[in-house]
Amino acid sequence: MKFFFKTIFILFILFTFSNQKIEAGENNKELLKVDWSFKGLFGKFDRASLQRGYQVYTEVCASCHSMKLLSYRNLAEKGGPEFSEDQAKAIASNFELRDGPNSDGEMFTRSAKLSDKFVKPYQNIEEAKALNGGAYPPDMSVLVKARSGGADYIYSVLVGYDDPPSDVTIDDGVYYNTYMIGNKIMMPNPLSEGLVEYTDGTKATEEQMAKDVTTFLAWAAEPHLEARHRIGFKAILYLIILTILAYFSMKKIWSRIESKV
Amino acid sequence: MSDHNYVPSTKLGKWFNDRLPLLSLSEHLREYPTPKNLNYWWTFGGILTFCLIAQIVTGIVLAMHYVAQADLAFESVEHIMRDVNYGWLIRYIHANGSSMFFLAVYIHIFRSLYYGSHKSPREVIWILGMMIYFLMMMTAFMGYVLPWGQMSFWAATVITNLFSAVPLIGESITNWLWGGFAVDSPTLTRFYALHFLFPFLILGLVILHIWALHIPGNNNPVGIDVKKPSKDTVPFHPYIVIKDLFALLVFLTLFAFFVFYSPNLLGHPDNYIEANPLVTPTHIVPEWYLLPFYAILRSIPDKLLGVVAMFASIFVLVILPWLDTSKIRSAVFRPLYKQFYWILVLDVLVLGYMGALPPEGIYLLIARIATAYYFIHFLVILPVLGFKEKTIPLPLSISEPVLNESHEVVNNNKMSTE
Repeated sequence: MKFFFKTIFILFILFTFSNQKIEAGENNKELLKVDWSFKGLFGKFDRASLQRGYQVYTEVCASCHSMKLLSYRNLAEKGGPEFSEDQAKAIASNFELRDGPNSDGEMFTRSAKLSDKFVKPYQNIEEAKALNGGAYPPDMSVLVKARSGGADYIYSVLVGYDDPPSDVTIDDGVYYNTYMIGNKIMMPNPLSEGLVEYTDGTKATEEQMAKDVTTFLAWAAEPHLEARHRIGFKAILYLIILTILAYFSMKKIWSRIESKV
Repeated sequence: MSDHNYVPSTKLGKWFNDRLPLLSLSEHLREYPTPKNLNYWWTFGGILTFCLIAQIVTGIVLAMHYVAQADLAFESVEHIMRDVNYGWLIRYIHANGSSMFFLAVYIHIFRSLYYGSHKSPREVIWILGMMIYFLMMMTAFMGYVLPWGQMSFWAATVITNLFSAVPLIGESITNWLWGGFAVDSPTLTRFYALHFLFPFLILGLVILHIWALHIPGNNNPVGIDVKKPSKDTVPFHPYIVIKDLFALLVFLTLFAFFVFYSPNLLGHPDNYIEANPLVTPTHIVPEWYLLPFYAILRSIPDKLLGVVAMFASIFVLVILPWLDTSKIRSAVFRPLYKQFYWILVLDVLVLGYMGALPPEGIYLLIARIATAYYFIHFLVILPVLGFKEKTIPLPLSISEPVLNESHEVVNNNKMSTE
C-alpha cells in the first residue's frame, strides 16, 4: 500500500516536472508571478478588475486584436464581468456590423445586439497583416490558454517592454520585450500611464491596466472557471467522503475473512 | 463458466435462463473465485473498465456538438466549452480521461510484468491486452487531432508522414491516409469516424480479455496456481467489488483534481491555437503517454528503421510470454528479475522524458542508449535470466504468505520443515 502511493507520487512528480522544465526552457526569463484572484481552490475573478479589463481591451487592444469567440451577451453572464443586461446592450450598440441580405436582397449595416459575436477590427487575416507590417495580431479569445505560462506570461509581456541591450539590434517596426519568446515583438508597447480613464476612479498605471486586461483575457479564455472551481470543490469533497465510507465498508466486509486486505 | 450448476429461483427466471443464460452469467460474475491476496495493483482492471465507459459516454455527448470539418472543428470545440451546458465539464473529463486511462493502463501493464501475469496459462489474456493497448494509442492519437489546434495538425502530419518511409508505395499510402496531398479536412473526417469506431472495438476486446481471464482465473502476488474455489479464494462479490470500488474512488479523486483544478496541465498550450499549415510549432510533441515511443522513433537515424523500431517496441511486448523463459511468475521470488524490472521502469521513464526534449546532443545519446536497453531487456536479458537465475523457493499455497505477511518468514518455515 505504501509502495503503491509512493510510485504514483514519483510518476506524477516526474511528469509534471518534465512539463514545466520544457516550458521554462522556451522562455528567456523567469516570468513575473502575479497573485491572481482566480487561482486556487476557490479562485474567482475580481469583478471590478474584469470590468476595467474590458475597458482596456475595447479602448486599446480591440483596434487590432479580435475576440471572435465571445458574444456581447457573455459580458452580462454570471461568472464574467457581470455588467447589467442594459449595460451590455449599450456596449453592443456601440458597434456596427454588416448583416443581410434583407428581403430586398441588400446587405445593410446595423448596430450589434447581445447575441452578436464581438465585432472584429479587420475583415480578414490578410487585411490585418497588411495594416500591421505583416504580423497578424492573434485573436485573443483563448490567448491565455494558448501560451505557456498563461496569465503570468501575458502580464509579463505587457509590462516587459524595455530598451534592447547594447548587443541586440532591433529592426524598424520590431520592439524589444524581456519576456517575449525570442525577445522580439511586432506589437509596440500598447500601455502607458493614464492611457484609459477608469470609470471607477482606479489609477490607470501600466501595471494596473496590464493586470486588469489579463484578468479579462483569462476570463475570456475560460468563461466557466468560477463554476468549475465551485463544482470541483463539491465534487472532490463528495468523493473523499465516499472514499472514506467505501474504505470502512471494505474493512467490515473483509473482516469476515481471517486475513487482512 | 461451465463449472456452475446454477438454477434460477423463479419459474420465469428458469424459463429465460434456459434460452439465454444471462442469469448464469451474472451468477458466475458474482461467485467468480478470486485469490484473496490480491493487492491494490490488481484494482486497475476495474478502473480501466470505468475509464473506457467514461470515455465512451462523454465522447458520445461531445460527438453531438462537434463538427469534423477543418474550418469549423476548432470553433465547434470552443462552442462546446462556452455555450453547451456543462460542455466544459464533459470535454475536460474526456480530455483528461485519456491521460488517466493511460496512467491506469501503464500501471496495469507494469503490474503484469512484475507478477508475471503474462505467462502460461494467461498468454491470450496478455495478447488481447496488447491489442487493446495498441488500439488505445491509435484512438488517443486520432482524438488528439480532432480539436484541430496546432499540435493536432502537426502531430497528424508527423505521424501520417511515417508511412511515407515504406519503400516504393510509401507516398501512395500517405496520400491514401490523408485523402489528399496534405493533412486537411478529409483526414480530419476519417480520423473522426475511426475515433468513434475504435472505442467499441476496444470494448469488444475488453469483453474477450475478461472472458479469457475467467478461464484460468486471476494471477496473484505470489504467482502460484490457486485451487478454486478454496480457502485461498474469495467470491468476487462483495469482496473484490468493494475493494475495486474503494480504489476507483481514490483514483477518481485524483482524476477530479485534474478536471477541476488543472484541466490543461497535461495538454499543450499550442493546441489552443487554431491549426495553421503555414506555421510549424517549435517543438512538435505528442501527448505524454506516447512519448517513450516517440523517443524510440527519433533515436534511430534512418526514418524507415525508426518506424520499424517503434512498431517493434510494441511487438516485443506481444511475444513477451515466449521471451520470458522463467517458469516462476512473480518477481517476489526472482531476486535478479526484480532488479531488471525496476531498471526497465526507469528506462521507459527516461525514454518518455527524452521524447519531450529536442533530439539533439546529449538527449539524443541518452535516448539511443535507453532505446537499446529497452530491446536488450526483452530480447537478451529476459530469455537468459530464465535459465540463469537462482529463484527463491515458492510457498505451497498463498495462505502461508498471507497469514505470515512476510515472505522471509514463509521461506524460513519452509526451510525448517524440509
